[in-house]
Amino acid sequence: MDSDEEQEWVPFKNRPEWSDVVPVEQDDGPNPVVPIAYKEEFTQTMNYFRALYRADERSPRALQLTTEAIKLNSGNYTVWHFRRLILKTLSADLQNELDFTEDIAKANSKNYQLWHHRRWVAEILGTNATSQELEFTKKILSHDAKHYHAWAHRQWVLQELGGWEDELDYCHELLEEDIFNNSAWNQRNFVITRSPFLGGLKAIRESEVSYTLKAIVAHPENESSWRYLRGFTKMTISLG
Amino acid sequence: MELPVATVTQHDQWKVESQVFRIYDLFGNLPRNAQSVMIELQRDNHIEYLTRGLRQLPPSFCTLDASRPWLCYWIVHSLALLGESVDDELEHNTIDFLSRCQDPSGGYGGGPGQLPHLATTYAAVNALITVGGDQALSSINRGELYKFLRQMKHPSGGFRMHDGGEIDVRACYTAISVASILNILDDELVHNVGSFILSCQTYEGGISGEPGSEAHGGYTFCGVATMILINQINRLDLPRLIDWLVFRQGKELGFQGRTNKLVDGCYSFWQGGVFPLLQRVRSIIDEQLVLPDAGGHYTMNGTHTSMTSSISEAGESFEGISSHVDDACHSRQEVNFNDIGYNFVKRPIEMEPLFHSLALQQYILLCSQEEKGGMKDKPGLSRDFYHTCYCLSGLSVCQHMWSDEEDSPVLPRALMGSYSNLLEPIHPLFNVVLEQYHEAREFFTRD
Repeated sequence: MDSDEEQEWVPFKNRPEWSDVVPVEQDDGPNPVVPIAYKEEFTQTMNYFRALYRADERSPRALQLTTEAIKLNSGNYTVWHFRRLILKTLSADLQNELDFTEDIAKANSKNYQLWHHRRWVAEILGTNATSQELEFTKKILSHDAKHYHAWAHRQWVLQELGGWEDELDYCHELLEEDIFNNSAWNQRNFVITRSPFLGGLKAIRESEVSYTLKAIVAHPENESSWRYLRGFTKMTISLG
Repeated sequence: MELPVATVTQHDQWKVESQVFRIYDLFGNLPRNAQSVMIELQRDNHIEYLTRGLRQLPPSFCTLDASRPWLCYWIVHSLALLGESVDDELEHNTIDFLSRCQDPSGGYGGGPGQLPHLATTYAAVNALITVGGDQALSSINRGELYKFLRQMKHPSGGFRMHDGGEIDVRACYTAISVASILNILDDELVHNVGSFILSCQTYEGGISGEPGSEAHGGYTFCGVATMILINQINRLDLPRLIDWLVFRQGKELGFQGRTNKLVDGCYSFWQGGVFPLLQRVRSIIDEQLVLPDAGGHYTMNGTHTSMTSSISEAGESFEGISSHVDDACHSRQEVNFNDIGYNFVKRPIEMEPLFHSLALQQYILLCSQEEKGGMKDKPGLSRDFYHTCYCLSGLSVCQHMWSDEEDSPVLPRALMGSYSNLLEPIHPLFNVVLEQYHEAREFFTRD
């Protein structure tokens, strides 16, 4: 993928395979507000996108065009939406989508669209995707351990596809690295309340309380561990 | 012996603290007249920055090409907070542009020809209400918009952001807020929204984007405002929510979005803006304090005790609350959902702010303000329209949350800096300037 990016952009009028398409300009009106001084590449790509979107052309070249458009603005949910329609129509290999979203995430991973797309892909791939998805989120979290979208995706994977076995250890690992990481505490709460492997809250009550107390004693100023303890106590108090 | 190494959280936190405290030290050591200059709201520069953005944006904004109604809202709302309206031509151009973002079958997309999306629909509607006037308000196709909202409704009770899009608390708020302000909120839209929001209140007390995620400022505002608009605020565990919320204001004086995260000016509104909502549900909070499980959230045995309080009827106070078994739709028949927002701002404020509002104003004015105009997340980062909008919204909240009635004057003790810093008050459930809200309310309740 990297070599693709370094290639120089070719204007659409110089691409013979697009000669049959009449580009559609954006209907901004005569005096738009918040007008963006688009670069030529952006304008042309979107003009061709609009043409294919309007014609509902679900073709390999349309798929390629959505790749280009998403690279220019990964927040364009309409392009992502159309891409999914194309992928369905073409019965495309969704494994490529995992590479594609990972590529997009490298530029900017704080974006609702890429994660929603990833979830859509993983849902179709089913349990085949479990370990890849857990690895992918782990990778993102290794750069930003509090990445909101990455955590939400990971939780979705665990609930829908499984892979709970090592999750408590993973939380522990992250807390060892940074005991103040509230997202890891939150994940710990998620695991102990939902994992099918821990035997329920009652079974882990003692070990969980002592784990948290140790964290509190080490850093009494840490709000995360206190909140975790309070949450846990409130949940388990009615268990008798 | 080895010294313990700071964790990432500690390291980042200390770095920000030192930047912020350097500014406060500088401020503290200035003579009084220099202090009053430094704490001044740079009104003219903000207006210039905002107006320029409305007229032209550089190529770097192509990453916001699917958020142009948001840019409109952030800018016109910021201007309205500053007491400034756009000239007739810009007003006309705003209405014309947003009409081009409106989908023929309802809702607004991120730009002309884009799929309708709930977030940009919220932004477009709020921008048009802020612009005001019959032309702006009548440009909203409410009949089709209602159909769009129904299409986005998910069986879980939540909403999808767009056709095939993600379901989260943002989607609930933007859908319910728009429906409420346009006087088209009904049972079908409200159905099960409360249960979805409730499932997002976390063990910390705040609200997350979807069930299981971490408590977060943005989603907490969205969740609380939604629950009030659908008359189910009593279902949330409010003492717990407050317990989480009050700790989000740190020694930097601004708010953080999550536990152990960094301060950010935009949470001045997302977190700070929850307080004026809570101020008006005092008796429900009191009731829950007396009956700890009244929120019904954490009762494990499945019996949800709750209250019949209604915040929807003008003149009726929160009293008349009695515990009984909640069927989660107890007050459907009696309540006109569309009056809730209107009556809400008429409710008396029954408690003082539960955060340090002068301190927050100090953070906004000294740490988030760019002297040449615009607001930002924190010192060292760049200004943008999003932060300008939410820092100013938070500032307005701080200034007006001591005033009991809509028209009562803001007292000097509520204000950081001089009266020239004073912003227009907002409607705290919708985040539009109050005067514009009333005009829209009048317009959309005409038959």
